[in-house]
This record gives sequence, structure tokens and C-alpha cells, in this order.
Amino acid sequence: MTSPATVDPGVPAPEQELIASILSGERDNFHLLIRPYEQQLYRTALALVKNEAEAEDVVQEAVLKAYRKLASFRGDSKFSTWLVSITLNEARGRLRKQNRAPTDSLDSQQQDSRDFTPAALTDWREIPQTALERAEIRALIEDAVAELPEAYREIVTLRDVEEFGVKETAELLGISVSLVKVRLHRARMMLQKKLVPHLKLAAKKDWKAGIFGRLSWL
Amino acid sequence: MALNCRHVWEHISEYIDNTLDPQIRAEVERHLAHCEICSAIIDSTRNIIVLIADERVFELPLDFSKRLHARLDEVLKHEDPEPLGIGL
Repeated sequence: MTSPATVDPGVPAPEQELIASILSGERDNFHLLIRPYEQQLYRTALALVKNEAEAEDVVQEAVLKAYRKLASFRGDSKFSTWLVSITLNEARGRLRKQNRAPTDSLDSQQQDSRDFTPAALTDWREIPQTALERAEIRALIEDAVAELPEAYREIVTLRDVEEFGVKETAELLGISVSLVKVRLHRARMMLQKKLVPHLKLAAKKDWKAGIFGRLSWL
Repeated sequence: MALNCRHVWEHISEYIDNTLDPQIRAEVERHLAHCEICSAIIDSTRNIIVLIADERVFELPLDFSKRLHARLDEVLKHEDPEPLGIGL
């Protein structure tokens, strides 16, 4: 998402210029406009449809819609927020058509955070980000997110994967800030409980591999 | 009132986001100063939040971008964006 040629979403001017140029006929600039957001849109779609091919399809449809409706983007939200909200709508519409929404009711998953017991492993606190070079670690994390109930998966994706603020997340999902906070808390605690024991094992394996790697030189 | 571990667990997410009421935050910190279990839980939760935001997680499928822009090209060749006034 951060290749050097992309438009920095923190700098509004070039993006506004791109949009104006597209609306005045330089249609090809739309490629440049959306390039920085591809992974973000894919992650949004995947959080809802949970299937890579379908998520890709959702993003394509959403991007085409964004192009056709570009004149209606007014700049009162960030362009990324606007794109993500179109993608969310597209994914929801698709789930509705397939009668898959809501796929899981939170009522059936009601887990009061007071009854929640996290994984309390005092001998393990973290693995470094470099561990993500291993496909096994990436898969652990992706699966743990995918297994969350839908409402929690949406929240974690917008808030922690895409790093939207609490307020923007609430607006995108049409729920209150306090509900975002409650669900985010539960979602993070579920991830902690699920992931920590696995990550601890994975980290241990790394350590062992390091030792044996060195021993093999002897 | 001193917080016990269970009370602290209820505040983990907001503690990490730094959105706790200052008074509660101070109580959580007092607890963390002597509770190794809760501080490990907070550290590991924070670690997980850092890991899931990494770009290497939920990577785009191979040639995703190529297919997206090819599909887009088909539309860009023939259509202008719609004029204002047509609902989203």
C-alpha cells in the first residue's frame, strides 16, 4: 500500500486534482486514483464475504461503481472512507442476495467480556513483525480473524487492519461509537485468546531452529 | 478502589487505544505495576494488533491488480463518470 509512486492520502491536494481531471475527461487518471487503496478495499471485502475470489469480485464492482459515481464524491469525508463505504455496500448487497446476511447473529455468540478469560502466558509477550515473513504465521493470523463472528470481524478489519479511527469506523458501519468500542474490545480479546498460544509455539520453533541452525555448523 | 485482574481485562482495549478516563487509567497502571499476568496480556494483545495491521497479512491475490485495472479499462474506454444527480 505504500509504494513510492502512489498518492499519499494524507495530502489531499493531488487527489482532488486527480478527481477533477477525471471528471473533466482524463478518464485514465482513475487508475492512478484508486491504486493506493487496492489492498484496503480487498481487506474490507474479505472481512464480509470471507472468500478470496468473491472479495476480488466485490472490489471490482465497487471500483466500477466509484468511477461511475465519482461526481458525487464531495470531499466531506476522505476518499478512502468513501471507497470503503461503497465496498461495504457492495459486499452487503451480495450477501443479502445470497441470503447469507446476517451470517451469524451476535445474540447466539453473546460473550460478555466479564466472562472472558484471556490467554495468560507470562512467559510470552510478543513475536517480532519479521515473523510475518513466514506463511505459517500469516495464515494463523488470517484464520483467527476469519473465524471471528461477522460483526467483530468487520470492526477489527476497519479499526485494526485498516486503521480507521473509532469515529470513522462507527460511521462506516452505521453504529454508535460506544458499540464500536465494546465490539472492538471483545474482538481483540477473542484474537488474543486464540492467537497467543499458537504464536507462542511458533516463536518457540523459531528459537529452536536458531539453535539447531547454529549447531549444524559444529 | 484497587482493581482486580478481571476488572483490568475489561479495560484492555481502551487502555491500548489510550481512550480510558484518566482516573481509570491510573488505576489500571497501578495494577499493572505489580501484576505480571495482566501486563503480559496487554503486551500480547498490543503485539497482535501490530501484526494484523501489517501489509503482509491479507495480501492481495496474485495478479489482483492486473485484473482490476483490465476490467476498469473496459469501462474507462467507453464511459464517462455519470453526471451529478443520479443516486449512489
